Amino acid sequence: MAADSRITNALFSAIDELNDIRPQDQQLEKSLDTVLFGQDGKLDSIGLVSFIVAAEQKIAQETGRSITLADERAMSQKNSPFRTVGTLADYCSILLAEGE
Amino acid sequence: MDKKRILITGTRKGIGAFLASYYADRGFQVIGCSRGEPEWEVEGYRHFSLDVSDERRVVEMFAVIREEYGGLDILVNNAGVASMNHILLTPCTTVRKILDTNVTGTFLFCREAAKLMQRGEFGRIVNFATVATPLKLEGEAIYAASKAAVVSLTEVLARELAPFGITVNAVGPTPVKTDLIRSVPKEKMDALLERQAIRRFGQMEDISNVIDFFIKPESNFITGQVIYLGGV
Ligand SMILES: NC(=O)c1ccc[n+]([C@@H]2O[C@H](COP(=O)([O-])OP(=O)(O)OC[C@H]3O[C@@H](n4cnc5c(N)ncnc54)[C@H](OP(=O)(O)O)[C@@H]3O)[C@@H](O)[C@H]2O)c1
Repeated sequence: MAADSRITNALFSAIDELNDIRPQDQQLEKSLDTVLFGQDGKLDSIGLVSFIVAAEQKIAQETGRSITLADERAMSQKNSPFRTVGTLADYCSILLAEGE
Repeated sequence: MDKKRILITGTRKGIGAFLASYYADRGFQVIGCSRGEPEWEVEGYRHFSLDVSDERRVVEMFAVIREEYGGLDILVNNAGVASMNHILLTPCTTVRKILDTNVTGTFLFCREAAKLMQRGEFGRIVNFATVATPLKLEGEAIYAASKAAVVSLTEVLARELAPFGITVNAVGPTPVKTDLIRSVPKEKMDALLERQAIRRFGQMEDISNVIDFFIKPESNFITGQVIYLGGV
């Protein structure tokens, strides 16, 4: 799925926000391939929580719509939507499309 | 940081109204909310009219706070309702109303405030408990249960929010003369005061004193605690 540019923008600005408060050697790269969580992931569970909070807020700013990323459905997916920036972007598109 | 930003719920009257002007007088930027509009005015105070359990309105208010204040330092979850009734005479609508305001409202404000606070890596949340819970007050079953839930929330959130530099504590007042307890008969009230170590009504300043302690920067090692007044 080609990620909507508004979603990519939102996720990248969430990364900017997180990078602001992360040490220099733990900066996240603004790429759809960046591994967020799980094996080789850049975030621990608290880091992931902060990232999700920032992402929800940026998506609301970009699209004017509020979505809940970390609900039971997200947690029960076989392939976690929080694996990479790209998988999260896809998951956001699905949620936004459903709400239309 | 210049002026600290404090959000207090339930500010139209009672303890919340006192706290709003108390902190405005001390140079805080005070944001408050209640369903109705306050009849008083204080410089440095901004009001939002909303029900604390209305998720959409609450989230909108926090978006305004984020935009206009750039964050939040302190949350005081004061809004609360009580209803004195024997369980056999308590309708479910009353139960829902109490749980919505006291539990859902407190939860919602903690959640949204913590989202703002975690970015600054500093935050202080103070919830409202009551001596009705430890005293197992007859006639206040739902109220006491709702505040027991607030105590649990306080204790668990203290742990969940500690990594973000946010502390979560609660103050548990004894009876304070506000509308909340106006309908409680005098004999009941006297019997209740008898059960306190220090037998008098609570004053507004007894409450602000505990809040002042919790929100001090030096109290960054104090979290998940409930301080009951009057030695209960
Ligand atoms: N007074 C006591 O003896 C005592 C003892 C122990 C604990 N407490 C606790 O202290 C806190 C304050 O009580 P109080 O004595 O000041 O009560 P109060 O005089 O009845 O005031 C309650 C305040 O909360 C607001 N409020 C109520 N429901 C609300 C809702 N759903 N959404 C938004 N605002 C709401 C009210 O304004 P609107 O009506 O305009 O919404 C009002 O400003 C409560 O949490 C209470 O449980 C009080």
